[in-house]
Amino acid sequence: MILSVFLGIEVISRVPSVLHTPLMSGANAIHGVIIIGSIIVMGEASPDNYLALALGFVAVIVGTINVVGGFVVTDRMLGMFKSVKQTASKQNKDK
Amino acid sequence: MYTNILSVCYLIGSVSFIIGLKMLSNPATARKGNLVSAAGMAIAILGTLFLYQPVGAPFHNYGWIIGAMVIGTVIGSLSALKVKMTAMPEMVSLFNGMGGLCAALISMVEFGRIAQDNTAMHVLSILAGMVIGGVSFSGSMIAYGKLSGKIKDHTFSGQHIVNLVILFVILVLGAFIIHGDAGSPVLIVCGILALSLCYGILFVLPIGGADMPVVISLLNSFTGVATACAGFLYNNQVMLTGGILVGSAGAILTMLMCKAMNRSIKNVLIGSFGGAKVAGGSAAAGDQGTFREISLSDSAMVMKYAHKVMIVPGYGLAVAQAQHACHELEKTLRNSGVEVKYAIHPVAGRMPGHMNVLLAESDVSYDDLLELEAANDEFSSTDVVLILGANDVVNPAAENDPLSPIYGMPVLQVWKAKSVIINKRSMRPGYAGIENQLFFLPNSSMLFGDAKDVLQQLISQVKEL
Repeated sequence: MILSVFLGIEVISRVPSVLHTPLMSGANAIHGVIIIGSIIVMGEASPDNYLALALGFVAVIVGTINVVGGFVVTDRMLGMFKSVKQTASKQNKDK
Repeated sequence: MYTNILSVCYLIGSVSFIIGLKMLSNPATARKGNLVSAAGMAIAILGTLFLYQPVGAPFHNYGWIIGAMVIGTVIGSLSALKVKMTAMPEMVSLFNGMGGLCAALISMVEFGRIAQDNTAMHVLSILAGMVIGGVSFSGSMIAYGKLSGKIKDHTFSGQHIVNLVILFVILVLGAFIIHGDAGSPVLIVCGILALSLCYGILFVLPIGGADMPVVISLLNSFTGVATACAGFLYNNQVMLTGGILVGSAGAILTMLMCKAMNRSIKNVLIGSFGGAKVAGGSAAAGDQGTFREISLSDSAMVMKYAHKVMIVPGYGLAVAQAQHACHELEKTLRNSGVEVKYAIHPVAGRMPGHMNVLLAESDVSYDDLLELEAANDEFSSTDVVLILGANDVVNPAAENDPLSPIYGMPVLQVWKAKSVIINKRSMRPGYAGIENQLFFLPNSSMLFGDAKDVLQQLISQVKEL
């Protein structure tokens, strides 16, 4: 767990500002992993507990929106950096 | 047996998140990194769906789960595919809010389910998930509203105190529940949720629009923490890793962004960008005198016969969807032998990298985009700077007016160039709500109008010359 904290810091600490937005968006999609929790909630709720079912249902919907939307948006954003590759190495040299 | 396979799935998921995030932070591998983490996510979700073995009753309600996932997928992908590049920041904020809402809802259900027999630790993580998720949800919604211009900044005196009081009440109520002697826990939980939502709203409302990216990044980090809380609750490896990863990555990202704008997090959060500064700005405007307007044909002339033109894009360009026209002008000028470069401020637009994404969309070569420092080195040798709907990022007050709210922020030193043409829709101040002395400098002139119209007319004028 603590390892994850350091990993997160290590991974992000050197990023060109160009990539902040896609990165934020990507991280945003990753925390959509919360959907697993909502699936578990749904799966364990007894079929006659309508409140839990309804809440879980909404939770799964919004969780999926978070995951799918997040990844699609990130991909679209990154798809626009067509000629990024050549400059990537250059940028690293600059810094 | 199944549980073992599931653990492996989760391990793969966690590792792919880490690798994916790592790859995302490098321009060359970013796109693949995104796919890697998406694949990891898919494995983890499918694993949960088919392999998760709850204690006691078997997994059920498949119909509902799959149905909800299909609905979510359709909404999510449709909105992600349809959204315009200019509205990207809003979209990220919206998705983030969805994640926060999900965390809050899970906590609600969980609380109802295991309210009787649980340890203080569990209740704590449920409550933490609920509060953080709730704040993240309502905060993101406000951020979304602000970015899309539906909500204006609001401040009232004593707001910080109200915020602190709400936070305090949430803590006290939480302590009550954990202690276990509360009369009606469900009522209190609803109260906590409501207060968290209020807190999220009040927390984001006074923060100026220019600081929104930082706020979204922070809320993103919040949602990560909420996810980690839920992961702790279920003792679920992949949720824990993913959540903490995003939590810490988001926190670092927030700090990086603050650094790009040269503002401390405290500064952003306390949000003193509000009312008082506007008054100062207008007072300054009073004694600044007049600005000069320039006609389209004159601007075209100046640019065509310049040696070097620097284009500074800003939010105005994004709003007008003028990136293609902008590229067109660049090509036209280049055909007549003018050297054209772009100067990109790290926070131009509404998000770091916003302008790069936009210009990349219209095939502007990446090599022509200069970052702040490189651009500042070149301004003194530039003949004409064309500013398209940027304002605060070219405000000299950031360097010479210690009273200005943006004092200390690194800006593009466009005033070093021989002449500056500023395209704006009106004389209204920028997002930070402050006047820009640049407009009144002797070597700058204003070219009013919508960025796209102006650019198109400039192109035809340059061609005719």
